[in-house]
Amino acid sequence: MDWEVVIGLEVHAQLNTTTKIFCGCPTAFGAEPNLHTCPVCLAMPGALPVLNGAAVDKAIALGLAIGAELNRHSIFARKNYFYPDLPKGYQISQYELPVVGKGALTVQLPDGGEKVVGVTRAHLEEDAGKSLHEAFIGQSGIDLNRAGTPLLEIVSEPDMRSSVEAVAYLKKLHTLVRYLDICDGNMQEGSFRCDANVSLRRPGAPYGTRAEIKNLNSFRFLEKAIEYEIVRQRDILESGGRIVQETRLYDANRDETRSMRGKEEANDYRYFPDPDLLPLVLDESRIERVRETLPELPDARRMRFMRQYALPAYDAGVLTAGRTLADYYEQVAVGVDGKLAANWVMGDLLGALNKAGVELEDCPVSAGKLRLLVQRIEDQTISGKIAKDIFDELFHRGGEVDAIIDSRGLRQITDVAAIAAMVDAIVTAHPQQAADFRAGKDKLLGFFVGQVMKASQGKANPDQVNAILLEHLQKG
Amino acid sequence: MELHEFSLRELRQGLRNRDFSSVELTTVLLKRISALNPALNAFVTVTESDALAAAATADARRAAGEDGPLLGIPMAHKDIFCTAGVRTTCGSRMLEHFVAPYNATVVERLTAEGMVMLGKLNMDEFAMGSSNETSYFGPVRNPWHTGMVPGGSSGGSAAAVAAGLVPVATGTDTGGSIRQPAALCGITGIKPTYGRVSRYGMIAFASSLDQGGPMARNAEDCALLLNVMAAHDPRDSTSHPAAASDFLRGLERPLQGLRVGVPEEFFGVGLDPEVAATVQAGIAELARQGAAVQSIRLPNNPHAVSTYYVLAPAEASSNLARFDGVRYTHRAPNPADLTELYQQSRYEGFGAEVRRRILVGTYVLSAGYYDAYYRKAQQVRSLIREDFRRAFAEVDVIVGPTTPTPAFPLGAKNADPVAMYLADIYTIAVNLAGIPALSVPCGFTAAGLPVGMQLMGDYFADDLLLNVAHRYQQETQWHRAHPSVHAREA
Amino acid sequence: MAFDQDTVRRTAHLARIALPQTEIPAVADQLERIMGLVEELRAIETTDVPIMAHPLDLDQPLRPDTVVNQDQREVLMASAPAAEHGLFLVPKVIE
Repeated sequence: MDWEVVIGLEVHAQLNTTTKIFCGCPTAFGAEPNLHTCPVCLAMPGALPVLNGAAVDKAIALGLAIGAELNRHSIFARKNYFYPDLPKGYQISQYELPVVGKGALTVQLPDGGEKVVGVTRAHLEEDAGKSLHEAFIGQSGIDLNRAGTPLLEIVSEPDMRSSVEAVAYLKKLHTLVRYLDICDGNMQEGSFRCDANVSLRRPGAPYGTRAEIKNLNSFRFLEKAIEYEIVRQRDILESGGRIVQETRLYDANRDETRSMRGKEEANDYRYFPDPDLLPLVLDESRIERVRETLPELPDARRMRFMRQYALPAYDAGVLTAGRTLADYYEQVAVGVDGKLAANWVMGDLLGALNKAGVELEDCPVSAGKLRLLVQRIEDQTISGKIAKDIFDELFHRGGEVDAIIDSRGLRQITDVAAIAAMVDAIVTAHPQQAADFRAGKDKLLGFFVGQVMKASQGKANPDQVNAILLEHLQKG
Repeated sequence: MELHEFSLRELRQGLRNRDFSSVELTTVLLKRISALNPALNAFVTVTESDALAAAATADARRAAGEDGPLLGIPMAHKDIFCTAGVRTTCGSRMLEHFVAPYNATVVERLTAEGMVMLGKLNMDEFAMGSSNETSYFGPVRNPWHTGMVPGGSSGGSAAAVAAGLVPVATGTDTGGSIRQPAALCGITGIKPTYGRVSRYGMIAFASSLDQGGPMARNAEDCALLLNVMAAHDPRDSTSHPAAASDFLRGLERPLQGLRVGVPEEFFGVGLDPEVAATVQAGIAELARQGAAVQSIRLPNNPHAVSTYYVLAPAEASSNLARFDGVRYTHRAPNPADLTELYQQSRYEGFGAEVRRRILVGTYVLSAGYYDAYYRKAQQVRSLIREDFRRAFAEVDVIVGPTTPTPAFPLGAKNADPVAMYLADIYTIAVNLAGIPALSVPCGFTAAGLPVGMQLMGDYFADDLLLNVAHRYQQETQWHRAHPSVHAREA
Repeated sequence: MAFDQDTVRRTAHLARIALPQTEIPAVADQLERIMGLVEELRAIETTDVPIMAHPLDLDQPLRPDTVVNQDQREVLMASAPAAEHGLFLVPKVIE
């Protein structure tokens, strides 16, 4: 009998506010150690937290986007434990009453199907600082720049049944938080982190004991860690063993999960309502204000792309996976064929960016230039092949589309007389092939087209070359 | 009358008339501190040169035409308020060498008014105590009898004001820490409505109970100080938007028609008969001035102490977790590992009473006990607040003793923590509810120890309490009595 | 007895306080007395009584998302028992 894997994810999204959740220190990544600290985030005596309104708004935005209940009354609690990167000796989090309640996310699967994954809750909390171990012998250095960065912890229901579904959910959430502009989604820098709860059961049986896997900072690691965990748990269960509820760490170098047992004390977090903070109350006007600023969400945009630009589902999915890419595409697609624009954005543009290791935000070819390039193909000023050369030049050396066309003499030859003259010369130069064509070797048309295009340095209009060649060969 | 016995009103008049300068006044008090503090141990830190410089600045401001009510007047802060550049110990070894780089909001506001800080006042460690014996810097002694405790935790503040070392001081009150020492030292102190006075930079004991307030020799002086201390502070989420008020405005209102409630529960078993009689005489004086006195019930008041000793230690156990030996506190030498760094630093840095309360708080919050103790206490807290709500529908002010006994001898209650906790039996319910309350001197025992009468009011009735206390003090002389303290013999 | 010596040890560990073995019996006795004091709470009827977490019936105020940082690392770290290169130092953290 088969095993069914049951997966739930806990995602920590760092909210991209300007300042920390409870003080006015900047959240910017990469500053010198402890420069972005103050009495509040260093937990100095008498310092008190005051909640950042922008963090609340970003939590509301997520709640609205996943159709979740927004709790009009939520409570901040203290989670008590000692750790050097936790200056107060407690983390301010939300426990019994989170700001965002039940919601759901519709996830597109690679096989074209869809799945609805429940979101249990999302709550606001503060990030911890960092312990640095490299520079000192026998000691760790504590940097509290990150301490107090706002986090939204988004907890899913145990609704996923494969690593593929888990990855699809995480990707969808990743897309969503960037669309909403609530998190920069940078997984390497830890702005978007994921823990996975994984258990096995016989189909239809109650949930099995789960292991919590930490440190999954890429989609790939999430997939591999779950696959490893499925095998590990199955081997234990099938040999009659029992799964221990525990926290496990994914080690990417060895591609395995290992227990954090022993490192982790028997925790008793002693949650209680933080008396330094009052209940967070969301009034309707605040919620409406956030609702008005919500962008078009990925699902709606994907459907619109299919409709408005006549794109296949696959193209629409790729182009709406990121808000910046979708915005870029829509600028390119103004007044040109949607599918042609999509081919250029998904093919040449993304390919070039990928090869050069450049982000779309820093793309040297603006959407306006790419649109003009596509227009020049459509109005037959240049051929698609020439366009690729021009794109290459725009990408690597810059310049303007029309100026490049003119200065390099790339304008397509559409003058019938000029093309006819070239065709005449080529056919005359190859009498044997012309005779063979007339004798029925149709394939030789390609040979003639190639020769004419070569003679025109690629500038002759291929459709016209085709037509004139046929006419010339048949009549001859 | 000597300069060190002047009220704020008299000091201001003297400064205005150029009878003396702030520098002269400051010098007189600094001399008195240096003579008497060895006997009282009220000051942990004396900031002599800073004080003289601040006094000179105040004199210059006055010369330039300023005339604020507190300009150039000396004072001192309980060592729980952070003071930029001057160490803030909170009475603990943990913070023996801690210098805050910022001022508490209260300090900032009083300094801006031109008050001259003479130093930092001794206190029970982290404000946990009712006798000022838990301070790492040694006990404070009661100026009326140096063999007796001054009360706590603001014992240094009460002793310093009573002994004329400063005309006014700041204190904090979590379960009676302003009122109880004020009563035991014969001065006037008010715990304002929760949310009146910013807690920013005031080292937290129990955040939902802590409130700073003034301690002075009369109600008018308290009002003057509270006028500046009470203000909305955006740096404290629990600061009330309507915190500020003019507490002098209604001070003179006659007491005719005032409805006074006397709770039966405050006159039961455990109340010293001399204290009872003295407070009854105080209540009679209010009646003589036209107040209508009636008996009331606060049925849940007997649960206040047990409720408090769940909630306050719970909050404290978490509030004091930041004192971990990592960033600014005492650190045990050469810890073998991180756990030892924490455990040893916290063992060495905290005194026995603080450790006890941290343990109690940790226990009541821990898995399996939260509902039985913590949640239960939060519910009983509701009941205690409801008692007051019902009472204030019938009366304007509730009056009773501040403490069950007068000052007791040093060491008398050290063997049993619970005996010490019962010293706050009448003051704690007020903090649980968050309402204002004040202690005024209302007489002396046969042994010459002061007795305090407690006035409790509804939320934001701080002005009414000051008004009643002021009118009482217009007709009585108890607050004008001064102890004669002698410099300790060499 | 709620506060036996094991409970004291476990609680002290949670609170990260190193109580010497010699102090534990006395501490257990004191904590037992304190818990005896609060024990009476359990008998109070509180069905349907709401909890009171705070004296103020107000909402949490919200702060504007603007930087207020005085860049004062040196003074903030001046009381640090051990610091180097702008980092607080502790015995090695094992993860």
